[in-house]
Amino acid sequence: MEPFTAEPAVPDSSQVLDADAVRRALWRMAHEIVERHRGPDDLVLVGIHTRGVPLAEAIAGAISEFEGTDVPVGELDIGLYRDDLDRRPVTRLGRTFLPVDVTGVSVVLIDDVLFTGRTVRAALDALSDLGRPQRIELAVLVDRGHRQLPIRADYVGKNLPTALEERVRVRVDAIDGETGVWIERAR
Amino acid sequence: MRNLLSIRDLDRVRIEELCSLADEFLAVMRRPIPQVPALRGITVATMFFEPSTRTRLSFERAARGLSADVMGFQAAGSSVAKGESLKDTALTLRAMGANIMVVRHGSAGAPKRVAEWTGCPTVNAGDGANQHPTQALADTFALLRRFGRLDGIRIAIVGDVRHSRVARSDVEAFTRMGASVTLVAPPPLLPPDLTGWPVAVSDQLDDLLEELDVVYLLRVQTERGGATVLPSVEEYARRFGLDAHRLGRMPDHAVVMHPGPMNRGVEITPDVADHPRCLVLDQVEAGVAVRMAVLFRLGAGLKGEAPHG
Repeated sequence: MEPFTAEPAVPDSSQVLDADAVRRALWRMAHEIVERHRGPDDLVLVGIHTRGVPLAEAIAGAISEFEGTDVPVGELDIGLYRDDLDRRPVTRLGRTFLPVDVTGVSVVLIDDVLFTGRTVRAALDALSDLGRPQRIELAVLVDRGHRQLPIRADYVGKNLPTALEERVRVRVDAIDGETGVWIERAR
Repeated sequence: MRNLLSIRDLDRVRIEELCSLADEFLAVMRRPIPQVPALRGITVATMFFEPSTRTRLSFERAARGLSADVMGFQAAGSSVAKGESLKDTALTLRAMGANIMVVRHGSAGAPKRVAEWTGCPTVNAGDGANQHPTQALADTFALLRRFGRLDGIRIAIVGDVRHSRVARSDVEAFTRMGASVTLVAPPPLLPPDLTGWPVAVSDQLDDLLEELDVVYLLRVQTERGGATVLPSVEEYARRFGLDAHRLGRMPDHAVVMHPGPMNRGVEITPDVADHPRCLVLDQVEAGVAVRMAVLFRLGAGLKGEAPHG
């Protein structure tokens, strides 16, 4: 791990998790998921675009390593289900793709940060249009609090108390070229 | 993006962006529940002052796929027959709560006027012989799905270019995306002034067949006066109609396109119309997907705004 150097554009930020810590957290979450489901069968991991997708793949990779089973990984873009389209226009949509029919199976939704809960609300709507899973759970790398909806995570990499005006930035190697979690202070 | 009035409003990046959105909407259309809630609460008015079935239905299907409401309107049997002006019709629909205007009109520039009068995002669904931008987007998207890219693709647009808004819009979209376009028609069916058109011109389809990736057949438009300058429909079919023999001379990967509705036996023979390399139905499906992309881009920003009127 290279020492973290703050980018000039984000002068006041501090690193909360480095790449090793993220890897360990994902590894632990993978174990928790398999333990709660008594094995990796009838399980589908669905990453929420953008950074939930590589996190889902990392968890599936961990399960494959310690269980010897490949858990299917899907992708969900919730752009068409958001309740704030008027404020944040969508110009691009990620791929929505489920490798198997999710009706009757257990789905674990995976995202980088749980904040207001609105993304998860949208993801639940999107998923319901694609099938009727027997059960839907939520795994997040970071839970930063400040929920605006009655939603909670079943698996959490790190609980991170934050001020409302702070920003949590998750970077994932596959997308950002480095892995870690940072808090950016309000300026 | 505030309106879509002409394909000229879109640079290559915008066209690619809309086609990329359309790709996702195509996936939505193929789901068991082919509908997303993106435009709930938005009302799309389809104002068709010229007869059209497929374009109007395509827009309505696109709007409903986004959970928007639709107010459909056809000139025949409406107040237009009683002399109500375009302006009054548009303002009336806005007062009834329409947020997005989709306009087809026989006069070039009518959709632009509707956009100015109503202040609503407006889509040109065909104005006179001027523009038909969503058809050009549909055709571009259908070709992107087939070939992956348009750079270097050789396209012949065959037929009544002079009276065709589809040809005008397609030439701009295809060349902007890197394709080379040849217009093929008897001289009376070419626009009198081709200055500024980035195209080659020919009146011999048979000279080009081996060199083409795409033959785009235009409809012989009896309703726009196209037929009156032809010596005869039979003569046109003999020189410019695509039959199995001509299709056989084209490269194996080459495809046939047509904006519909086809005149089977005139610009296209029935066996070519039903051939697997004829993309007509792909174009129809692509049309719904790109119209979803356009309505989504225009309508998403309106949510939460109080209705007009």
